[in-house]
Amino acid sequence: MRAPIHITRLLAMVGKEFVQMRRDRLTFAMMAGIPMMQLLLFGFAINQDPKHLPMGVVNGDSGPLTRAMVAGMQVSDYFRVVDADLSASEATEQLARGELQFVLHVPPDFERDVRRGRHPALLVEADASDPSATSRGLSALSEIGRRAAREVLKGPAAPLQQTAPPFSVTVHALYNPEAHTAYNIVPGLMGVILTMTMVMITALAMTRERERGTLEMLLSTPVRPLEVLVGKIVPYIVVAYIQIGLILVAARLIFKVPFEGSLPLLLGAALVFVLANLGVGVTFSTIARNQLQAVQMAFFFFLPSILLSGFMFPFRGMPDWAQAIGSVLPITHFLRVVRGIMLKGAGWLEVAPEVAKMALFLVGSLTAAVARYRRTLD
Amino acid sequence: MKEDGDAAIEVRGLTKRFGDKTVVDDVSLRVPRGSVFGFLGPNGSGKTTCLRMICGLLEPTAGDGTCLGFDILSQRREIKREVGYMTQKFSLYEDLTVAENLAFVARVYEMPDARHLLQQTLERFDLAGRQRQLAGSLSGGWKQRLSLAACMLHQPRLLLLDEPTAGVDPKARRDFWEEIHQLAAEGLTVLVTTHYMDEAERCTHLAYLAYGKLLVQGDPTSLVQQSGLTTFNVTARESADLAVRLRALPGVDLVAAFGKGLHVCGRDAVALRAALDAVAHEGEVEVRPGRTSLEDVFIYLMGQTPDNFANPSSASIEKGGAS
Repeated sequence: MRAPIHITRLLAMVGKEFVQMRRDRLTFAMMAGIPMMQLLLFGFAINQDPKHLPMGVVNGDSGPLTRAMVAGMQVSDYFRVVDADLSASEATEQLARGELQFVLHVPPDFERDVRRGRHPALLVEADASDPSATSRGLSALSEIGRRAAREVLKGPAAPLQQTAPPFSVTVHALYNPEAHTAYNIVPGLMGVILTMTMVMITALAMTRERERGTLEMLLSTPVRPLEVLVGKIVPYIVVAYIQIGLILVAARLIFKVPFEGSLPLLLGAALVFVLANLGVGVTFSTIARNQLQAVQMAFFFFLPSILLSGFMFPFRGMPDWAQAIGSVLPITHFLRVVRGIMLKGAGWLEVAPEVAKMALFLVGSLTAAVARYRRTLD
Repeated sequence: MKEDGDAAIEVRGLTKRFGDKTVVDDVSLRVPRGSVFGFLGPNGSGKTTCLRMICGLLEPTAGDGTCLGFDILSQRREIKREVGYMTQKFSLYEDLTVAENLAFVARVYEMPDARHLLQQTLERFDLAGRQRQLAGSLSGGWKQRLSLAACMLHQPRLLLLDEPTAGVDPKARRDFWEEIHQLAAEGLTVLVTTHYMDEAERCTHLAYLAYGKLLVQGDPTSLVQQSGLTTFNVTARESADLAVRLRALPGVDLVAAFGKGLHVCGRDAVALRAALDAVAHEGEVEVRPGRTSLEDVFIYLMGQTPDNFANPSSASIEKGGAS
């Protein structure tokens, strides 16, 4: 009987495969790098329970009860009181910009009303564009209020907190009152889809040109290197806008996501984002020796882009180091821009800081791309 | 000495180093206008790197010179416009059709009346019938025709062809050379690298490069004379180990099989003659004076130059040099 597998030949194949694997250093590095990155990101960075959410207080009453509540929030893991004395307009603005997750409105004469048993209401405005980020904090908030009341209302006022707390908490879930996850996910997908296509396709397109030898032909013609580069990038900008269009239409017609802000503003901000990613793609294409390597590198960039950007998990739920990495990635800022414009109706002033951060990345990535690109020509 | 205007290419001391590897070492070259200049040498000897420096793709580490009267250091763009460079590997777009590829090249060179030029080129290179075919689906010979058409499209004054006939069948090869001579007759200068001796013999001028150094240059006949080799044709009925025995003899520099016989060459004609006479005396061996061929000369040259790149990583050097 003849064995279907002959051990010598099989070992020859296996051995050759290992030698080739070792030769392709980048692939080899990716084989170790990608699992490590996934382990770290999924294992450590993902912390579904957001903590230290920035909170602002519009304080109409600075009595002991209010102070006890602010102190209670400060001590809790859930909140970080950024400013305990905001004006109402400042609060609205900062909420729209995403600098605050919650704003607590304490009405004037709150404490007096509590002591008189009038049962006043505290108003909490929450940025609910990402529902998963707010729900835990809101439940923690009433508990903190109850504790503060127990602490402060002693002596003659003690009977006031015997049963229920002597005041109520009204929550305004802003931007996404019904807590539709699609409201958060669909605009976010725009960032994810653009990152994936822009980085991967440009990395591939340039690498292909070099791998097939056509780049050499191009460079022997009067075409300037910059013309080659820009000529390769422009079609993908068009592709990006087609993708944006498709996502916006789908968001409106299928997922019924509101669009509160200005479309030209979104399209303008998207250009910065798209270019930032194209820069990354071109840089990768100058490092990658073949198309497989280009795909691997794109994947390497893509992974933190979905995990650390606030797309999958609330940004504020991640440990500091993960937030720090996330803050570098353009998608993190783009997500805030898209969600801000679509859900909050954010205007130019509100999105400007995020656009500026993307622009900074854009300058970095394009500089790297052009510098690396020039080096590959010789 | 001829005036500078007669040289299509004139370079002095051309040197290119990649890291600490010297791929082209102090090459000086003069290519007369209208010549078909053959550039020979073993794989990885720096021929491609030389071509790339001449046509402005690579900046030399040292050396200077002119190409079509333009400075190869400072006028690279002017050179590119006047030179047609055909790379070793097929370097047009396989996913474009023949016509699309040519139209693209015409636009890149900003040729006026591109449509007419395209039609003219398609007809001239017999490509009209295949203009809608994807370049990737062409056979080796047709790909080479298309490449030639693409680098002739902008009516260059100098053609640089890097192993244009590698992997092309003999008929297509012959047609290709007819075309080259036709172009040269029209006043074009052609610099071509090759490994084929029959092609070398069709060149008006030759240069031989080994391990980055230019060893000889001249026309085919003078190269044979310069080599100083004397050649004998040796035939024997029982020739199994004859070559090995001959190689060991004093005065014998080269033994190469040619059909049924052997080419035996040596620089010292007297010693060679004496050694072969001795062998002939042992009988069964016939020795006749022969003609030294170009191939003999080049194989002799190759044997003379030490392989200074031979080390464990020589494969990567060859890549670096050619890419």
